[in-house]
Amino acid sequence: MTAGAVVGVRTRPDGLAGTAADIVTVAKRNFIRVFRTPELLVFSTIQPIMFVLLFNYVFGGAIPIPGVDYINYLIPGIIIQTAVFGASNTAIGLTEDLQAGIVDRFRSLPMARSAVLAGRVLADTLRNLWVILLSIGVGYVIGFRFQAGLVNAILAVLVATLFAFAMSWVFAAMGLLTKTPEAAQAAVFVPIFPFTFASSAFVPTETMPGWLQVFAENQPVTFAINAMRYLVLGENEFLNLNAGQVGLAVLWSLLIFGVFFYLAVRLYRRSGE
Amino acid sequence: MLAVEVEQLKKYYGDVHALDGVDLSIPLGGVYGLLGPNGAGKTTLVRILATLLKPTHGRARILGVDVTEDPGAIRRRIGLAGQSAAVDELLTGRENLEMVGRLYGFSRTEALRRADEVLERIDLADAANRTVKTYSGGMRRRLDLAASLVGHPELLLLDEPTTGLDPRSRQDLWDLIEELVDEGTTLLLTTQYLEEADRLARQLVVVDHGKVISRGTPDELKAQLGGDVLELHLEDPGKIRVVLEQLEGLGSAPATIDEKTGLISLTVGEDTGAVVEALRRLDRERVQLRDLSLRKPTLDDVFLTLTGHTAQTDEPEPTGRKARRRARSGDRS
Ligand SMILES: Nc1ncnc2c1ncn2[C@@H]1O[C@H](COP(=O)(O)OP(=O)(O)O)[C@@H](O)[C@H]1O
Ligand SMILES: [Mg+2]
Repeated sequence: MTAGAVVGVRTRPDGLAGTAADIVTVAKRNFIRVFRTPELLVFSTIQPIMFVLLFNYVFGGAIPIPGVDYINYLIPGIIIQTAVFGASNTAIGLTEDLQAGIVDRFRSLPMARSAVLAGRVLADTLRNLWVILLSIGVGYVIGFRFQAGLVNAILAVLVATLFAFAMSWVFAAMGLLTKTPEAAQAAVFVPIFPFTFASSAFVPTETMPGWLQVFAENQPVTFAINAMRYLVLGENEFLNLNAGQVGLAVLWSLLIFGVFFYLAVRLYRRSGE
Repeated sequence: MLAVEVEQLKKYYGDVHALDGVDLSIPLGGVYGLLGPNGAGKTTLVRILATLLKPTHGRARILGVDVTEDPGAIRRRIGLAGQSAAVDELLTGRENLEMVGRLYGFSRTEALRRADEVLERIDLADAANRTVKTYSGGMRRRLDLAASLVGHPELLLLDEPTTGLDPRSRQDLWDLIEELVDEGTTLLLTTQYLEEADRLARQLVVVDHGKVISRGTPDELKAQLGGDVLELHLEDPGKIRVVLEQLEGLGSAPATIDEKTGLISLTVGEDTGAVVEALRRLDRERVQLRDLSLRKPTLDDVFLTLTGHTAQTDEPEPTGRKARRRARSGDRS
């Protein structure tokens, strides 16, 4: 029972490789949790299925978009919206860990500090990837098809996943600010609703009143949706889709990630003072 | 080298002085007790020592390392079991401990080996593959303690480890603590129970409102208290004056009376003769008793003696205090 006994059998490398190992350990734990929370699994599966079906059949007839099947227009919007919803679980999960004292347990261990947040974000992002693929699958059943080739289809999934990853960091920071699951649950809807609905997700922004249009056309959720839409439909004059939008979405995702990673890590550090 | 060295440690939350200038030095080996009521600052101190919290002022060195300079080095060498069980409900006991082992930096094989070793030791081997959700409160506390043992710590910090445990689990935990001490581990244990501190700790500090108000061995502390207390509850409160007169000259100090409840307390120490004499006199005066008990001194008595006020608790006075005393005497029987 000496320090030597402990240090001697530690095999984790120092530095970045050690941090990566800790991230994987924490992510694995969060992943197991997802599979042992059937409610969460069922509802996060049902939700995109329901959205795809509901929006397609409710709005499908009302919104004629020249040369484009509504389902092909809709799926990119649904996917990004679902990714934002899914990312909000990062806030809820983190506050649950804070409340249950799990974060204290992590803090008392000789692990990389950033791994607590990064491990959670990684697990949440993988779950989001699953939901993205599921939405595409459901879309396929009712007629959705990628119009712009396989490479673009893969890029579309990657763009959506990157955006989900960035949004998880936004919600990680929100969780650290709100501290309890109840508060987080209420708080996450404040950004979710305006950003996902006042976007190009379901209807072209041209149909909105002028002031709302300005917001809807210049916010990151719309950027991500337009990028996905370009990758699904190819160039489209009427919808104003072009390759530049992919760059814009990636840039914004990285920017959001950068800012909120910094904020979340700071908040995490400060919560121990 | 000392296990813990604390100088003028302060932790302020706005106006709340959770710690208000604490000095401590804990040698290696044995159990060191930190005794205090709710809100005394015990958890705050433990969290600072475990590098979870930064002090507002002052210094703390753990195993020779300053907590603010190299927290990582300290975390490798200490174990912490907090006041509530910090275990994952959805993981099994074994998965919880494996995860902790991995985060200590052990290989998967080594982490699993240690998980099984600790589960065996803490008597949870049978429940190892069940999710913690199915565990009782006592089992969760034990698993939490197990997590703090995975790293084979030199210093173990236990924050009220027996609060909420049934008497049997408490006894088991005490046995385990004694085993750990035999192996050379140093323990810092906080408690609200004088009896527990007495049983386990070689040295004690008593804290109140963030300050150390007494320190010494359990025997020294008890010597200040005067031993067992006879408690009397009268059927007819009108007889209180008569009773106080009759009790004069008995016990090590004059009898006291709790104005609100009418409870009469007489410190009798080891003198059973005084008890017999007191009862004979009351019988002679035909005083009817509703309730009578002889109890060991509690934290409340420590505080009454040291500060002149009873331990302040979150519970409503005075019924809460009485209920708590009852619960404690129940534990002993
Ligand atoms: N995060 C906090 N913010 C404000 N006050 C706190 C905080 N943590 C503890 N306190 C206060 O500090 C004092 C000491 O608390 P604590 O260390 O938990 O005592 P104990 O563990 O002895 O019951 C209490 O008055 C408590 O209310
Ligand atoms: Mg406490």
